[in-house]
Amino acid sequence: MPELNLSSTPAHLRHGSNIGQPLTRRDGILKVKGQATYAADNHPPGMLFAVMAVSSIAHGRVISLDVAAAKRHPGVVDVMTPDHKPQLAIDPEIKTNPFVFRMEVLQSNEVRYANQPIAVVIAETLEAATEGAVLLAPRYETLPPLVGLDAGESYVPPVVGVGNPTENHLGDVEAGLAAAEKQIDATYETPPQYHNAMEPHAIVAAWNGDSLQIDMPTQGLMLSLARVAELFGIAHDKIHIRSPFLGGGFGSKGLMAGPPVLGIMAAKLVGKPVKLVLRREQMYGPVGHRAPTRQRLRIGADGEGRLTALDHHARTVSSAFDDFYEPAADASHTLYAAPAIRTSHDAVRVHTGTPLFMRAPGEATGSIALESAIDEMAWACGMDPLAFRLKNYAEVEPMTGKPFSSKALRACYEQGAARFGWSKRSLQPQQMRDDAGLLVGWGMGTATFPALMFQAEARAVLRRDGSGAMEIGAHDMGQGAWTALAQIAADELGLDIDRVEFKAGTSDLPDAGIAGGSAHTATAGAAIHSAGAAVIAKLADLATNDERSPLFGAGNAGVVARDGRLIRRDDESRSESYVDILARAGVAEVEARGTGAPNPAATEEYAMHAHGAVFAEVKVDPELGQIRVSRMVGAFAAGRIVNPHLVKSQLFGGMIWGMSFALHEEAITDRRSGRIMNANLGEYHIPVNADVPPLDVITVEEHDPHVNALGIKGVGEIGITGSAGAVANAVWHATGVRVRRFPIRIEDLLTQL
Amino acid sequence: MKQFDYVRPATVAEAVAAAAQPGAVYLAAGTNLLDLMKGNISRPDRLVDVTHLGGLDQIETLADGSLRIGALVSNADLAHDANFAKSYPAVAEALLSGASAQLRNAATVGGNLLQRTRCAYFYDTASRCNKREAGSGCDARDGENRGHAVLGWSESCIATHPSDFCVPLVALDAIVEIEGRNGRREIALDDLHRLPGNTPERESALEPGDLIVAVRLPPAARGFATHARYLKVRERTSYAFAVVSAAAALRIENGKIAEARLALGSVAAKPWRARAAEDVLKGVAPTADAFQEAAWRALSEAKPSGDNAFKIELARRIVVRALTLAAAGTPARIPALPASPFASTSGALHA
Repeated sequence: MPELNLSSTPAHLRHGSNIGQPLTRRDGILKVKGQATYAADNHPPGMLFAVMAVSSIAHGRVISLDVAAAKRHPGVVDVMTPDHKPQLAIDPEIKTNPFVFRMEVLQSNEVRYANQPIAVVIAETLEAATEGAVLLAPRYETLPPLVGLDAGESYVPPVVGVGNPTENHLGDVEAGLAAAEKQIDATYETPPQYHNAMEPHAIVAAWNGDSLQIDMPTQGLMLSLARVAELFGIAHDKIHIRSPFLGGGFGSKGLMAGPPVLGIMAAKLVGKPVKLVLRREQMYGPVGHRAPTRQRLRIGADGEGRLTALDHHARTVSSAFDDFYEPAADASHTLYAAPAIRTSHDAVRVHTGTPLFMRAPGEATGSIALESAIDEMAWACGMDPLAFRLKNYAEVEPMTGKPFSSKALRACYEQGAARFGWSKRSLQPQQMRDDAGLLVGWGMGTATFPALMFQAEARAVLRRDGSGAMEIGAHDMGQGAWTALAQIAADELGLDIDRVEFKAGTSDLPDAGIAGGSAHTATAGAAIHSAGAAVIAKLADLATNDERSPLFGAGNAGVVARDGRLIRRDDESRSESYVDILARAGVAEVEARGTGAPNPAATEEYAMHAHGAVFAEVKVDPELGQIRVSRMVGAFAAGRIVNPHLVKSQLFGGMIWGMSFALHEEAITDRRSGRIMNANLGEYHIPVNADVPPLDVITVEEHDPHVNALGIKGVGEIGITGSAGAVANAVWHATGVRVRRFPIRIEDLLTQL
Repeated sequence: MKQFDYVRPATVAEAVAAAAQPGAVYLAAGTNLLDLMKGNISRPDRLVDVTHLGGLDQIETLADGSLRIGALVSNADLAHDANFAKSYPAVAEALLSGASAQLRNAATVGGNLLQRTRCAYFYDTASRCNKREAGSGCDARDGENRGHAVLGWSESCIATHPSDFCVPLVALDAIVEIEGRNGRREIALDDLHRLPGNTPERESALEPGDLIVAVRLPPAARGFATHARYLKVRERTSYAFAVVSAAAALRIENGKIAEARLALGSVAAKPWRARAAEDVLKGVAPTADAFQEAAWRALSEAKPSGDNAFKIELARRIVVRALTLAAAGTPARIPALPASPFASTSGALHA
């Protein structure tokens, strides 16, 4: 029987019995009870502990390590160094595909950033390995490090983000600026930020001959597996990775980084299972971060407040040895209908680990600058910031001229503003105070994030006992994949969620692609949808081709799957249970595979984005300059919402991250040494509960027939965008002081209040 | 981590003997020490665990009206002791503004006094630090130092003392009881911490083996209970050290300030008692002008040690605000956000 792909016309599927339900996360109880097994919770027999020694300089080379001293320490088994390590099958400097980034796995004595791994001590206990690493007492030849956005000669990178053009043009920006009645020219700075997932990067690696068992949190099981296979020269089917739970990823666990490779090498070196867990400060280097930016925005508007030009230039940094460029200026492509738009980037090289994807890479950094600038422009035009945004509402994507696959942003503005009470806002800043005399300000920002799709595959099974299974190597980073994807699976199989065995999180399952780009639910969901449709079609063939079935003659598209039964579409009184169909056919189960992938025709024709509007209220102490956010409302339209409860949590998390971007987060780099001086959760400030105000999330109904069969756009990252700018704009509205360097600090306001 | 001996003495005398040897340190809750050891900043040879010593976890009122707080009383237990909070509200408020609830449950009174600076260069063993390694130099002096000292610093060291608890304690003339090799002695808390001068590695007046066994608040300290506040400006609402903090306590009689107490936190290597400011407030009405004058006096000797000139202006404003709040009267309950400028913000549920 040929595989049927019914994903474009899912006639026999009934959505809504599970999709759309606010189920609590199915893994919640395990996590609350401490029974969810994270990577570092695994302790195979005979396991040893590996600890990385990392460089204290940012540039230079290691000239000596006291390996003998480390080895003398009781419990130390071995010390892996550039001179004593298993050989890799390929040079880790070779970029075998665009998603390979260079890593430090002891291939040389060179040091290219602070906290770079320079040796690994393997011992019987964590304590012994830790002390062994100290006893190595490395000596260095130190070279001056490049630090900061002005570190050296700037250059124009070939691409930014993932293959985006460095520059984009629409119309004549200079002419548009020259013709403008009002202009602003403002420069904003954003700091380096680190993902700081609660769970540090960790690996437990065990070799058995030439096969390899890995426990490791990853957002990309098959990408990681392929990288391990090529680095160690072993076949894919010799590697098994388990990653059932991630304690946060945010982009830092998407691609294989150096430290887990070191764990695998260490296990090979000593011939025993090895566990390697990064210390918090070791996460500030080899596992990616968000690069700092300096963004200049020049905006012009006519006498009516219509944009005449938008010029967005972003300076960023990459490492001294590899290329990743935060595509910050690209945020200006989609939101505001300027007739002339130019976005451009340049960069300098610095001695840090290579910057990488960090939740809303480019969108978050670009958004806070763009939304601040739009706010400044609205003020320059004497217009309410919402009215100004509506005046410049993009009916088609400005940069490409493509229509949107769907865009309910207007409804987001309306519903968010109504819930927030925006209409009572004073145009002038510094007008509002609360009962305690604190300055009160209201700000807003527009949120947007592309609706992406990657490739995924799933396998669906229906069994004679009436149960079903859905298998997909999907990733739960805490966002709720175990629940949301199981809901989709249940609907596609026409079963109650409790009758579906949902398998995910291991590399022996069909490839679910990467959990990134806010695309995991859409991509994995599309594969599940397709696999489910295919297996139901197979089952329907068994019934509708059999004259003993009450469904005989209906055709496999003439039935609906619901509650474990196939039901004739044109006569609901005729139906048959899966159990009966399979029993009569004498088969134990039917199975089918399905894939999810972007539809090239649709992506060619339409611009696909989720949208939102965020409104924030801040309070500022008028003498002390301390700022706190007192409430936020976010209204988001992101296509079909699979699980409103989890989606709300995702959006809350994004909004908190946005607030953190505006007011708290910053990695502080010593300008002389290139070392990060606050590489710990005590001093790298992310908000605590008491900083988080009452948050209100509205999910605006949106139907998108083009993004994918399920109409899902994704909500993982959009919450940051808009939110950061909304908070910054509220600070201006409270104080009349426009701070253009983030996070906004006490001293930025203190002397100006 | 480095291997060390762990001893658990049965008596204070045994503890003092065990800790008097080179390389020995006391371990109480370890909320600071264990982090220092994990980070390789402290490498003791011997930990002398005092947490099982008897009689050091009591809060008792003495015959003369003093309050004696055992060194092992936890920060949380002390702050939540109703009588304590009523009599010394600024101290309770300071305690509740410090660290996080989890840390306060563990951290002890004695340990809090002896916590180390939070200077990033002290914690970063790749950096030079005269406090960590005498004579090695100070990388903070020309480094990232917006949080560093504006009072009492030297070219050798610009670190600050991070404690909240110590700030109102020093304002209230707290006394530290010490058991040492030569028996018991007591010193003013104000004399416990040293300014860096040329020897920033010597942080306190303690000698090897000295064990803080209690902190005592003298009878006069109760006299400020109705007009005492602690105010802390920080970069997030909990689990953050102060950018600048202040404790203000007033004794108001017939509309005039009979006596004022003022101390600043996170501005110097020790909790900074501002006696010159106290003097100008004595006998005057609690007015905005008087508080401004006090603020100028308190910071008259301040000078930036780096990118931190704003702390001087911030400290002045905090002094004015803390005095204003104190003059307005101690609230009946410690605010839900203790010591925060946002204490009055409605909807705040966190202590």
